[in-house]
Amino acid sequence: METQTIKSQGKTNKATERISGSEAIVRCLIEEGVDILYGYPGGAIMPVYDELYKYQGKIHHVLTRHEQGATHSAQGYARISGKVGVAIATSGPGATNLITGIADAQIDSTPMVCITGQVASHLLGSDAFQETDIVGISTPVTKWNCQITKAEDIPIVMAKAFYIAKSGRPGPVLVDITKDAQFEEFDFAYEKCTHVRSYNPVPTTDIIKVKEAADLINAAKKPLIVWGQGVILGKAEEEFKAVVEKSGIPAAWTILGASAIPTSHPLNVGMVGMHGNYAPNVLTNECDLLIAIGMRFDDRVTGSLSTYAKQAKVIHFEIDPAEIDKNVKSDVAVLGDAKKSLEELLPFLEEKSHTDWHQKFKDLYQIEYDKVIKNDLYPTKEGLTMAEVLKEINIKSEGKAAIVTDVGQHQMIACRYADFNVSKSNITSGGLGTMGFGLPAAIGAKMAAPDREVVSISGDGGYQMTIQELGTIFQQKAAVKVVVLNNDFLGMVRQWQQLFFDKRYASTEMVNPNFVAIAEGYYIKARKVTKREELAEAVAEMMQSKEAYFLEVCVEKEDNVFPMIPTGASVSDIRLE
Amino acid sequence: MSTEDKQLYTVSIYTENNIGLLNRISAIFQRRHINIESLNTSPSEIEGVSKFTIVVNIDEVNIKKIIGQIEKQVEVIKAYYHNLDQIIYQISGLFKIKSELLFEEPQIQNIIKESNARIVTVNKAFFILEKSGRKEEIVQMYNQLSKFGIMQYTRSGLIAVTKEEMKISSLLESYNN
Ligand SMILES: Cc1ncc(C[n+]2csc(CCOP(=O)(O)OP(=O)(O)O)c2C)c(N)n1
Repeated sequence: METQTIKSQGKTNKATERISGSEAIVRCLIEEGVDILYGYPGGAIMPVYDELYKYQGKIHHVLTRHEQGATHSAQGYARISGKVGVAIATSGPGATNLITGIADAQIDSTPMVCITGQVASHLLGSDAFQETDIVGISTPVTKWNCQITKAEDIPIVMAKAFYIAKSGRPGPVLVDITKDAQFEEFDFAYEKCTHVRSYNPVPTTDIIKVKEAADLINAAKKPLIVWGQGVILGKAEEEFKAVVEKSGIPAAWTILGASAIPTSHPLNVGMVGMHGNYAPNVLTNECDLLIAIGMRFDDRVTGSLSTYAKQAKVIHFEIDPAEIDKNVKSDVAVLGDAKKSLEELLPFLEEKSHTDWHQKFKDLYQIEYDKVIKNDLYPTKEGLTMAEVLKEINIKSEGKAAIVTDVGQHQMIACRYADFNVSKSNITSGGLGTMGFGLPAAIGAKMAAPDREVVSISGDGGYQMTIQELGTIFQQKAAVKVVVLNNDFLGMVRQWQQLFFDKRYASTEMVNPNFVAIAEGYYIKARKVTKREELAEAVAEMMQSKEAYFLEVCVEKEDNVFPMIPTGASVSDIRLE
Repeated sequence: MSTEDKQLYTVSIYTENNIGLLNRISAIFQRRHINIESLNTSPSEIEGVSKFTIVVNIDEVNIKKIIGQIEKQVEVIKAYYHNLDQIIYQISGLFKIKSELLFEEPQIQNIIKESNARIVTVNKAFFILEKSGRKEEIVQMYNQLSKFGIMQYTRSGLIAVTKEEMKISSLLESYNN
């Protein structure tokens, strides 16, 4: 059944060549411009590895230390390059180890193609050695997936996989290939996919909706923009900046939207959501118009929906029709590609400055500064804060580094305090909140942008979830700067235990190893900082290093991240302490 | 979701004929804890295009969200939802009954006549009755026959066509261009 539709999608008239299925897979990757892929070998994918050996000069395979690492590296690569990340694994346990990264890519709309080997087709369904139904397992967390049992289907399925992964709202695709299909020979020809009948990746921007949106924007007295990753995925940074500047509207970002316009931009009023900035959260419930651009009203952003921006009209710019009215009902929905929609919007906008409204953001910022930011950045107590480490990194990198974070307190602190002056500078697991994401994602990011400074920031907990990828760093000579902010706790969980579970610190205290020795064991230059006096110099040394560098900073054990919106509370009930 | 606003909706989904799509579609309902009342899948009026007919008890706000999620699947061409007034529908029931009852219980012959049921086959041991119609009619017949003993009983999912035209063919044409 599968073959029928696959075949009808694209006819090929190129000259053919008789090759094996496994060679075809590698050739397809090369045709799609893949020059790097991350993976781990095993029985059911060995023919493909054998071809990779042959094509070494054309395509670089990175042996990660775990398949989860391969997906996160592919994600890091995709997030910073805007290209499709590729991960590859054997059947069974190799394939299931990809699932966390696939789920992460799905919720964060990251283009990724995963290729898994599968047992021979005559063994399918027989509980054969290392057989799992990876197509069934991955169905809920992929944008699309497909099993290939005949070599002749490889080019068409691969072309479709890349097209689907990167078009429209991007996402992960999994292609599972039986071992016999890898061995089988067939007449190979490749043609890229440009169209799938049942799939309309980018809805056309409706100019009438754009005008309706412009009218609301021009009439608004207290408008607020909240932008998300859609701006970056749509490569709409310039158009977005023009819209913000012409309309003079304060603009706040979701965690994945960070860096689309620089932190220092005067109209950038900070992050929204659970640990976001005070002003944009409070004023969400005071604005008269909320303009959501390429964001999906995640519950970490909205808090309680029953009180979220109830007084405001809502405009939603979005590429995915299923997001419209999913969580927040919009008054005007502009479907389409962010770049196109914002470009169309710009000429209809009146130039405004909204001075009084901006003053409210400044006043609330001052409150947040006095109560939180000042103590985070310029602490008077002895223990180091996570924020001052970020401050040093900002200084030494001039705010140009790509910051890759893991998940926890350090992630929220990094997002709050890092200067993001270049687009695609915040690589983090937003939707799934995957601990263990940071270190391998940083490897992929560095390989995609070798000229950029890539700093991975992890907690002592998440770091140990994928610590083995230090081996990949060492083998690949990836010059990643690895920072662990060590508080000897699963900090974020401990914070919740402190605030909501009577300080019952159940299984959140960590007895940690000698991290410096471990890094050095992988031949990575390493240093540990325990005192404030050493910090600036250590960060400078790290940033000057031409090679990978590991820096452990022992920070205050029981610091909390504020502001905070407790789960289920309203965004305007954000707590400063 | 308040129960008062819930009603039966039929969802018609036009899709490419691909393995695995049933999984993707049913998972959308499963994730949201929506029980599928009945499900039927078959070829549609268009060659190579399959049609799913799914009946669910749900409110309108949520059925719209579900439709959005279904249409988001790459191989779904288009999904529609309708309430029961907007469609013509049928379900079918099969009843297996001991042959001797046909002669011993004259009432059974009356039931068959009055209900417009059809005898599909008869042999020495049993005969098979088929009845198509609305669910209540099938259930009513079940109740009447169960007094005499039913050896086997099964009922199909709902199949439906809409009263209004569904512009799927012209839509497909536009996709092809
Ligand atoms: C894979 C995974 N398991 C569990 C969690 C739940 N979780 C969220 S934050 C956190 C603590 C993180 O601790 P650490 O890595 O030390 O960072 P810190 O919060 O101290 O900065 C945990 C356990 C998660 N997000 N991901």
